[in-house]
Amino acid sequence: MSEPVSALKGATAQGFATIREIGPVGMITLRAKPDVKALAKAIKAAVGTEVPALRRIVTGGDRACGWMSPDEYLLVMPYAAVAGALEAIAKAMGGEHHLAVDVSDARAVFRVEGAKAEQVLAKLSPVDFATLEPGELRRTRAAQVAAAFWKDGDGFTVVCFRSVGRYVFDLLATGAKPGSELA
Amino acid sequence: MLLIECPYCGVKAEETELSPGYEAHLKRFGPGSTDEEFEAYMFARKNPKGVHFERWRHAYGCGKWFLAARCTATLEVFGTYPAQVGEPPADIIEKIKARRPDWKGYK
Amino acid sequence: MSTRLSKGGRLIDRSAAMEFSFNGKRMKGYRGDSLGAALLANDQMLVGRSFKYHRPRGIVAAGPEEPNALVNLGSGGRLEPNQRVTMTELFDGLEATSQNHWPSLEFDVGVANNYVSRFLPAGFYYKTFIHPRPFWKHVFEPIIRQSAGLGKAPKDRDADRYEQAYAFCDLLVVGGGIAGLQAALVAGKAGARVILLEQNAHWGGRAPVDGDVIDGKPAGEWVDQAVAALSAMDNVSLRARCTAAGVYDHGYVLADEKVADHTPGDGRPKHRLWRIRAGKILTATGAIERPISFAGNDIPGVMLAASVRDYVVNWAVSPGDRTVVVTNNDDGYRTAITLKEAGLAVPAIIDARANPSGDLVAKARALGLRIEAGRGVAKVKGGKRVTSVAICLQAGEGAVIDEIACDAVAMSGGWSPVVHLWSHCGGKLTWDTVNACFRPDPQRPPLNHDGGALVYAAGSANGAMKAAEALVDATAQAEAAVAALGFKSAGAKAPVAEAVAEGPMEAVWIMPQGAPVTLKSKMWLDYQNDVKVSDVQLAAREGYESVEHTKRYTTLGMATDQGKLSNINGLAVLANALNEDIPQVGTTTFRPPYTPVTLGALAGESRGEIFQPLRRTPMHEWHERNGAYFEPVGLWRRPYCFPRTGETHAQAVIREVNNTREKLGLLDASTLGKIIVKGPDAGKFLDMLYTGVMSTLPVGKCRYGLMCNEQGFLSDDGVVARIDEDTWLCHTTSGGADRIHGWMEDWLQCEWWDWKVYTANVTEQYAQVAVVGPNARKVLEKLGGMDVSKEALPFMGWADGTLGGFPCRVYRISFSGELSYEIAVPASHGAAFWEALHKAGAEFGAMPYGTEALHVMRAEKGFIMIGDETDGTVIPQDLNLDWAISKKKADFLGKRGQQRNFLASPDRWKLVGFETLDGSVIPDGSYIVAPGVNANGQGNTQGRVTSTYYSPTLKRGIAMGLLKRGPERMGEVVEFNTITGGNVKARVVDQVFFDKDGEKQNV
Repeated sequence: MSEPVSALKGATAQGFATIREIGPVGMITLRAKPDVKALAKAIKAAVGTEVPALRRIVTGGDRACGWMSPDEYLLVMPYAAVAGALEAIAKAMGGEHHLAVDVSDARAVFRVEGAKAEQVLAKLSPVDFATLEPGELRRTRAAQVAAAFWKDGDGFTVVCFRSVGRYVFDLLATGAKPGSELA
Repeated sequence: MLLIECPYCGVKAEETELSPGYEAHLKRFGPGSTDEEFEAYMFARKNPKGVHFERWRHAYGCGKWFLAARCTATLEVFGTYPAQVGEPPADIIEKIKARRPDWKGYK
Repeated sequence: MSTRLSKGGRLIDRSAAMEFSFNGKRMKGYRGDSLGAALLANDQMLVGRSFKYHRPRGIVAAGPEEPNALVNLGSGGRLEPNQRVTMTELFDGLEATSQNHWPSLEFDVGVANNYVSRFLPAGFYYKTFIHPRPFWKHVFEPIIRQSAGLGKAPKDRDADRYEQAYAFCDLLVVGGGIAGLQAALVAGKAGARVILLEQNAHWGGRAPVDGDVIDGKPAGEWVDQAVAALSAMDNVSLRARCTAAGVYDHGYVLADEKVADHTPGDGRPKHRLWRIRAGKILTATGAIERPISFAGNDIPGVMLAASVRDYVVNWAVSPGDRTVVVTNNDDGYRTAITLKEAGLAVPAIIDARANPSGDLVAKARALGLRIEAGRGVAKVKGGKRVTSVAICLQAGEGAVIDEIACDAVAMSGGWSPVVHLWSHCGGKLTWDTVNACFRPDPQRPPLNHDGGALVYAAGSANGAMKAAEALVDATAQAEAAVAALGFKSAGAKAPVAEAVAEGPMEAVWIMPQGAPVTLKSKMWLDYQNDVKVSDVQLAAREGYESVEHTKRYTTLGMATDQGKLSNINGLAVLANALNEDIPQVGTTTFRPPYTPVTLGALAGESRGEIFQPLRRTPMHEWHERNGAYFEPVGLWRRPYCFPRTGETHAQAVIREVNNTREKLGLLDASTLGKIIVKGPDAGKFLDMLYTGVMSTLPVGKCRYGLMCNEQGFLSDDGVVARIDEDTWLCHTTSGGADRIHGWMEDWLQCEWWDWKVYTANVTEQYAQVAVVGPNARKVLEKLGGMDVSKEALPFMGWADGTLGGFPCRVYRISFSGELSYEIAVPASHGAAFWEALHKAGAEFGAMPYGTEALHVMRAEKGFIMIGDETDGTVIPQDLNLDWAISKKKADFLGKRGQQRNFLASPDRWKLVGFETLDGSVIPDGSYIVAPGVNANGQGNTQGRVTSTYYSPTLKRGIAMGLLKRGPERMGEVVEFNTITGGNVKARVVDQVFFDKDGEKQNV
């Protein structure tokens, strides 16, 4: 069997911010209502974090759990850990109504890094970065496609659908071109 | 461009992050309904100049459908609330009455 | 002549000389010059020709209101037409050329229109071009097209880049004059997030030019300190060269920042369009001076009075050696004083008022200036330049009292607040009788999402015309705005500007009051569109009463300046002609943008590769490498076919079909929608969604399903697989995944919210390959890893396993009628799996095929395609799909809709196949003609073609289509019309053309 290949094979671009495609990254969509008792156990078992609060992402090492909607969570982990995590979720949830699916390959993931990284995103998304709180996962629009991002270290992690990975990469690279700093 | 707060995730979303879903609180008429009932459900949608209840989906956000009470003439938004209700919540009704004393009411 | 003064010029840097050219003539200017200032410094007053009469026109203003001085800037990929010289910053190497003349600016043939102007009255186009009708196409339209517009559209691709950005603030302050600066200071100190925009490169607006003194300091000093203070605030951001173009609902503002207009080619974006969301907006946009209507007021050298002193003070440019000032207010005296103090001659101040008084008038008298009170201009004389002014009694009919030689005229008809942004979103205006202008009505502001005021106007934009009152007003308005935003004021005190006692202005609109038609027909209202006082009066005589109608009839205010100088004057003339008051006549509607925004800025980054998102499958690069010809399917790009060297697309499709039917074809089917539906109520839910029954589908099996909307019309189709006891996987059409996923969530969230069902759109998680043809099983067996035999994996079954080491799910489904496996692998293995199939399949004759071969093969089998056989008015029954509609279910989405009696009519157009008698292919879009004509005299129809192809398998044209009572008419010959005229005869046949019993797929 071949090695998994990310959408853009790790493409990078350098401008006033650095754009890197990272991945493949393991991702699971977990749908369950927050009042399901086993949810906390399942998330703990899968990625080792707490259940995130509204619009938050909880990170622990190379794993994270983000709040996507009132009954949806995004679990992030190393690509190879997905199968094990899915098993752990199934075991923890038992007969509780839920849905857990591997979406690792449905996504393209980018890092936008540098002191002015948010200026690149401010060109694409109708998001007020001054009010974006630490650990907030924002689902929004990047120009003409759906995207989600959160601040992590010295930049942002940006997630979009795999098929538009090239489009989003080109958008980010264009937005980061030297000389187009917003401030 | 409208700015509407999603009642599920709290994001003040601009119109481009939302998709519209027309009239709220429709009662579905399926098999067994009369032609008149079906026509009213399917085609005779409200289109008032003034207070209106409508459906929106936070399509580029949490993906949830929600309902909004809005004045179609001034674009004032009286409030938004989750879609899983049969009627507008009392606090929104009260707010509309305060803002629009001559409003004839939800029905 | 106009010239550069030896001293002064607060904005220019005399140590930084710059070269530029106008119509090829080399000229010199300084850093800090506007192009307008630099042209005047080089005695270039004549800059263009008017639109209709080609009259010579000069620079009138110094700001965005300039109607005449529009030029082409640059060339090739940097050519920009219709650029205002007054808003263009000079840079070294700038090239400008004038517009709307032929053959040259100095000698223009089109000026002949000027001599036939009495034949070009208001509404000329409407009156003249109605009859005879053929003349429109062959005579009038070509002439109009030839003469229409001002600059020519660029032909080359724009060499620059543009971008957009979002910004958010509590208070957006528009305008960086003293009112805007003061408002920003108040809001900034109160802790609000403030964005302050200024359209010019410099701050301070008019006050430094007008010599105002603020808090005991010259206004310029106060401005510098205010800008420094604001720059030091973290919560305030300042943007110069940034014009707020429009205010929209809920505090949304578009602003055009001219980032690199003055530094072309430096790699920065040329413009940046800001999409600002503001809690409140404060417009400190100032006021625009009005011209006065007198005969010859368009002759080059006639300028706005305040603009004349802008040129003198800001750029040390004198528009003329001897300038006559014409005014109806005290502000005009400032210009006279400024000119005099700069050492220039002011032969006279012609004041329409009988008894001018006030500080400025006194000062002018003290300077020894000649004041002609109660006088007006009978006529300005001159051709390409003013030579003299004939004066008369303002109260009279124009009998000339005296003629004064001069080379410039500075006119001031009073000031109009810039109310555009206030008005864009519904703010109403009130008539200010003191200043004779419309100003914002604070009782009727534009409203925000909470029903409160969205916009606050301040300073002269709010009718507070003098510096002292503007600062007080700005402070009060900003305090009100920040209080409404929930901030506590830091106790701001308004700076104090020295008061200047001014006498009242007089609302004089034309000179002289009793001017006869001969004079009125030389009084220009709208310079750019060549609309005169006589035109508006003619419109009134012809019965135009509404200002909106008059505007369109005369084209007053419809040029690129949108009537910034002409609207109020035109209104006054109309009101006078109608014998009404100006407020009764009302204004036209102000619409965005305030000044033109270049299309590049509106497009932003969306050009070239990122014009729109293209969705690519994991195999996209392979397709590109292997010469695929792509077609758009939604935003996806799918290979239409893979033409080989020397092959046409049609030949490639034939080869791909034949190869697939005879050997082995491989299709990238990754775009197919895939939605997981899971939960205890999932079966119940899918039974509502599909017309058929999905709850009874056994685990491990697939079933074809149809989805309808509530009206009963077919909306999507696809194969559903039961994955486990409470999990289904629904395939949708390629373009339909997001829509159907949204449709599912709509019903789950809004109607059946107590049902326990979760959905997930996993379309992009998988790459999917259709392995099709007699050799399909052989290649899979060669890859090995799972049993794909007929027994282990029968038709309409699916199984998980591995093939060639790839984890996969194999569906035994067929859209071609061949032995077929659709194989899903994780997308990150898609490209490798696709290549492995080609490698293993080489010995079996594997070839890729595209969407067109797919379409041909499905049509040969009579399978429908959503979007071809359906168009939103077709129910499944029309397509003979009754077998896929459950009779037992009490309800499903669309069932009630399908029970409507017109859908049960036997006269419905229903699906059949067609074979042309001559074997040709029926043209796409053809209708089946019926005898007679309908009520509109159009030929009747009885059906239409929905899919039509050349069938390589049958070697003839085949088609499917909808025909009235179709299935009852087998064997009948019908006629299709064709787009080129003429008809094609075809026989009605069964829609399945090939392998009716499915022997090929069930092996």
